[in-house]
Amino acid sequence: MEGLDLLMHIYVFVLAIFVGFELITKVPPTLHTPLMSGSNAISGITIVGALISASMEQYSISTWLGFVAIIFATINVVGGFLVTDRMLKMFKKK
Amino acid sequence: MENSTITSPGIVTVISYIVYLVSSVLFILGIKKLSSPKTARQGNFLASLGMFLAILITVVLTKLVNWELIFIGLIIGSAIGTVMAIKVPMTGMPQMVGLLNGFGGGASALVALSEYYNKLNDPGVSFLESTTVTIVISILIGSVTFTGSLIAFGKLQGIVTGKVVKYPLQHPMNALLLIAVLAAGIFIVIDPFQESLLIAVVVVSLLLGVLLVLPIGGADMPVAVSLLNSYSGLAASATGFVLENNMLIIAGALVGASGLILTMIMCRGMNRSLMNVVLGGWASAGTEGAASTDSPKGQAKSIDAEELAMLIDSVSSVVIVPGYGMAVAQAQHAVRDLMNILEKKGIKVRFAIHPVAGRMPGHMNVLLAEAQVDYDKLYAMEDINDDFPNTDIAIIIGANDVVNPAARHDKNSPIYGMPILNVDYAKTVIINKRSMNVGYAGIENELFFYPNALMYFGDAKEAINKLTAEIKNL
Repeated sequence: MEGLDLLMHIYVFVLAIFVGFELITKVPPTLHTPLMSGSNAISGITIVGALISASMEQYSISTWLGFVAIIFATINVVGGFLVTDRMLKMFKKK
Repeated sequence: MENSTITSPGIVTVISYIVYLVSSVLFILGIKKLSSPKTARQGNFLASLGMFLAILITVVLTKLVNWELIFIGLIIGSAIGTVMAIKVPMTGMPQMVGLLNGFGGGASALVALSEYYNKLNDPGVSFLESTTVTIVISILIGSVTFTGSLIAFGKLQGIVTGKVVKYPLQHPMNALLLIAVLAAGIFIVIDPFQESLLIAVVVVSLLLGVLLVLPIGGADMPVAVSLLNSYSGLAASATGFVLENNMLIIAGALVGASGLILTMIMCRGMNRSLMNVVLGGWASAGTEGAASTDSPKGQAKSIDAEELAMLIDSVSSVVIVPGYGMAVAQAQHAVRDLMNILEKKGIKVRFAIHPVAGRMPGHMNVLLAEAQVDYDKLYAMEDINDDFPNTDIAIIIGANDVVNPAARHDKNSPIYGMPILNVDYAKTVIINKRSMNVGYAGIENELFFYPNALMYFGDAKEAINKLTAEIKNL
């Protein structure tokens, strides 16, 4: 990764942080637990990295680290989204 | 992005970049829809759709190399995640979120480590400084999140002590470890082939996670869990830097921001700085003291279910203040039954929720939602505090420090300055507690000795059920 590439990624990171602040300040306190579990599931996006790691050409230490990462990240993603949906189903108004 | 300057990218790569953009937008829209309970479920669906698309295109990108391994991993992870999500009781939600944070952070650290070995074992690849820096950062944040979350889980589950843990030279030692990791990181950037040094970074980072969360007491867990949530996002972002993938950077940054905002809200709810919470907080915190009903401030009066039923029968407005005690006793359904019978009698019932009630942000709201209490009956502290003087009865169920009036006027109190629910302004305050024991801050609550306060002793679930039965019998 060249220096300028790194800088472009930092651009994206900083702007995304601002978007995050704008969005999340609008979430009401009542939904803070689902926000946490839902955003937590989104942080499981690292699964993309895990998939790439596990598909290195030959079976090597990288492959196996990637394999464990896939398991961890999938628990995070599937568990996070499902439990968030389970909670949000309960929020009702008559 | 690799080789993109030399050869033109293949069609699959171009498509994957477009799909990653779509996924990023879906994540943003998903969080945006969490701004209202009406659209929140749809938002969660959009975010999960974004995730599904991202996974799908990535699997295509891998050209199905080692596909057996990948699918076995996906199936094992999905099975464990599904079982956890279905089995966890609503009262166990803080532990669940704590654990999930840990898996996310752990995965990020593993990916960075895998990327390191990939480069190390490939003679054709040279390490660039910027890549090595991001690998070290990713391993540090991911590992701290992993073990820190496991300790947080242990504390919330009651496996690890919920007390504030202190030992000599605690802070200097943590600072030293952090400096050691950073120093090792610099050496690795200078010479990336020092494998043993990288292993040391992993080990010390894992240790740091344990040491940083261990001192934090049970009731400060909302802060710890929020902060770890933020870390898990930042770890994903760091992995995005390692892999030069903007989608990971964006998704991670969103979560990082979310966790940080919740952390700030929690700290403000206790009028404490993040440093104060992280470094172990209140001197007296977490001690289990038994205060007596007698005190220099006078004597606390108690009331039984029958008398209380008659008292409540004559009023027109009630505010219920739930706390961690309600969660422990699993009393949310009993509280709902009480609300229903009071409403049937034409009494206005509302709930006042302190920002740090329970063990994670929004903990009480989820429990009451589970018990089918309408969310528009739940009021945030600032929305209901001015209404207590017009309230006939405030019923406190398993809360303590967040209703202690000493926070308003007693400059010597450790909780002085913490925003509280002004329940003492109500005409009558009923406090349901198992005993006179002190709350988390380890201090006596002067509210119990106020002339308008009445203690209603008993386990929250039993006591509230008994009260409901008595009201029915009137």
